[in-house]
Amino acid sequence: MAVAPAKSAANAKSRATKPAASAGKQSNSLKEFNRDEELEAYRMMLLIRRFEEKAGQMYGMGLIGGFCHLYIGQEAVVVGMQMASRENDQVITGYRDHGHMLACGMDARGVMAELTGRRGGLSKGKGGSMHMFSKEKHFYGGHGIVGGQVSLGTGLAFANHYRGNNSVSMTYFGDGAANQGQVYESFNMAELWKLPVVYVIENNRYAMGTAVTRASAQADFSKRGASFNIPGEQVDGMDVRAVRDAGSRAIEWCRSGKGPFILEMQTYRYRGHSMSDPAKYRSKEEVQKMRDEHDPIEQVRARLLRNKLATEDDLKQIDAKVRAVVADAAEFATHDPEPDPSELWTDIVR
Amino acid sequence: MATNILMPALSPTMEQGKLAKWLKKEGDRVKSGDILAEIETDKATMEVEAVDEGILSKILVPDGTDNVAVNTPIAVITADGEDANAAPAAAPVAPVAVAPAPAASVSAPAIVTNAAPAESEIPAGTAMVSMTVREALRDAMAEEMRRDGDVFVMGEEVAEYQGAYKVTQGLLQEFGAKRVIDTPITEHGFAGIAVGAAMTGLRPIVEFMTFNFAMQAIDHIINSAAKTLYMSGGQMGCPIVFRGPNGAAARVGAQHSQDYSAWYSQIPGLKVVAPYTAADFKGLLKSAIRDPNPVVFLENEILYGQSSDVPKLDDFTVPIGKARVHRVGKDVTFVTFAIGMTYAIKAAAELEKEGIDVEIIDLRTLRPMDTETVIRSVMKTGRCVTIEEGWPQNGIGAEVGMRIMEQAFDYIDAPVIRITGKDVPMPYAANLEKLALPNIGEIVAAAKAVCYR
Repeated sequence: MAVAPAKSAANAKSRATKPAASAGKQSNSLKEFNRDEELEAYRMMLLIRRFEEKAGQMYGMGLIGGFCHLYIGQEAVVVGMQMASRENDQVITGYRDHGHMLACGMDARGVMAELTGRRGGLSKGKGGSMHMFSKEKHFYGGHGIVGGQVSLGTGLAFANHYRGNNSVSMTYFGDGAANQGQVYESFNMAELWKLPVVYVIENNRYAMGTAVTRASAQADFSKRGASFNIPGEQVDGMDVRAVRDAGSRAIEWCRSGKGPFILEMQTYRYRGHSMSDPAKYRSKEEVQKMRDEHDPIEQVRARLLRNKLATEDDLKQIDAKVRAVVADAAEFATHDPEPDPSELWTDIVR
Repeated sequence: MATNILMPALSPTMEQGKLAKWLKKEGDRVKSGDILAEIETDKATMEVEAVDEGILSKILVPDGTDNVAVNTPIAVITADGEDANAAPAAAPVAPVAVAPAPAASVSAPAIVTNAAPAESEIPAGTAMVSMTVREALRDAMAEEMRRDGDVFVMGEEVAEYQGAYKVTQGLLQEFGAKRVIDTPITEHGFAGIAVGAAMTGLRPIVEFMTFNFAMQAIDHIINSAAKTLYMSGGQMGCPIVFRGPNGAAARVGAQHSQDYSAWYSQIPGLKVVAPYTAADFKGLLKSAIRDPNPVVFLENEILYGQSSDVPKLDDFTVPIGKARVHRVGKDVTFVTFAIGMTYAIKAAAELEKEGIDVEIIDLRTLRPMDTETVIRSVMKTGRCVTIEEGWPQNGIGAEVGMRIMEQAFDYIDAPVIRITGKDVPMPYAANLEKLALPNIGEIVAAAKAVCYR
């Protein structure tokens, strides 16, 4: 039997699917979620969605300043990856980071209060939307310089390797950052030293306003590690099951000492690059089609109902709980005082 | 015609070396490419090849001779039947200077300490041992690596090559490849990896082959290392040392000759150290490795081979943020640091002959800057000259001058003068390079000017 030349060790399992092509299809190779998993994914993705919608509202009200990059549409990526990872695995990402923090279990009040620049924010109001961290939850930021987190995330993996602690670094970046030079410097060292890092490339099709095809000579990001012999896989990033599946394989690859792994998550952001972006570079129809046909949350919801794993009432209850968490966070972030002026001078050096 | 074989230079800053061994003897016929001898410096061993055909008719410098100056004739090669004594005279081959020579040479002076480091740093009666700055740095790293398994060193050529400037000599042998890590030539990437590792609590020492190459990594030094503690509201720090040679070396041109002292010293969240004596290099590097903050540790290639006394103590550290009064004087204060000290010391000796008594302050740490020691001195002398190799605009001298104006205006009797590198990219030509750097003549003139002499 003829076999196509393997592009990677994981070739047999790779699914070169685009979200548009995988609409509504059931993949037989996909490991189905059980009821608890479906509900967990649903609840967490919904929490991120509602949180981000609220953040967008609060930005509009002037409560949140500066840059604010929303994760709406991409929820399945971080939620699926977190379902595949273990407690001590680290997460690091760029500036579109609110979803990652919530998925890591960081407090919604703390995240929202950081967005509003209040003393109860996770960085005491001194970091803002792009700069939050949690040692306890193994979340290493929150980085504002495109691509910077890729070297840093490789460094987290270096530390795991140095300590022999068997943890894996989940290093997230976008299709824009994937063109940065330091990404390839990091790929080289990660493979050379067999560092346990999963590079999760969230390809949401636009680097700010530039479509992937206008900025990337090789738009198949799963192949971006080819010169370094890093295996890669394209994943339907709108399907949380596909993400968890691929994530599990990639993490296992890293944890078993084989070095880094690249996952290209084909996803989509519904909102503009940041709150100030009217997104004129794409059509309303394109966005609407994504929402209608590929929404990661709707997919889970439909499965839960279709498979009779939950009733409309069950889901309403989850919705209500999520809304309550978000409302509480917004309330806290609105009324928590600003940092004490003395905070200006603290935490500069230890 | 007979040809002199000259003692070669192994590096831009080498001035002398040891003629370790002749591999040919007088009377041997040699051809181009034959290895004639081995020479050694404190950082490398190299073979001298014949560049011409002929007979090695005379060996002028025997095996085992130390301190042979670069360009000294070491042997004569003659053509068949020619008399060795017909060799050209052993004339120096240095180019004729076309610019007025500076008042005194600044080449490789031994480090002279005529004031001991502050008493608190060294207990009375401590034995001293003379060592090079290079050895002091190596010892500092080795001691800290023995003390703490989280300390490791990474950079280009730090392991198998033993350091591009031999600063990490022997560390691979003692600590192994896990903790002494050769990197690819990718500063941006490996600096980021080290910062990421430091965020988890490891304590990397990142060696940049020179700080010129750290420009590729400056985003991680500033945006990732220096700001994280603040941006995380104090949760996540970055205990890391970025070290390597900084500033002008010798004849390496504009891209390899730049002083970054002022650049890094402007950044809140960084500490910046730039020592001069071997003792300070050792004690401050140990402190930098233990410091919970990112420290930029600026060394100087020209100082690497210079020796001075280091206290023989099991655990000698020098606190970051404290200047050192190197020479006590009453007439004028020189504020300087790192290789600037070599100019200050020579100028002070010149000025002493003319009855001007100079106080020299070695800042040692540029951030946090020990303004108190500077101000105390200036209140006494009423006069100040700053000396640095870096550029004038927004330089360390500019900062020191401003702080004096803010804090001791009523005590100064003359405007502060800055002596700096000239406001030009570093030229290659020997005479122009010399002109681009500070010189003793201009420092002496500045000291006299502020003393109204």
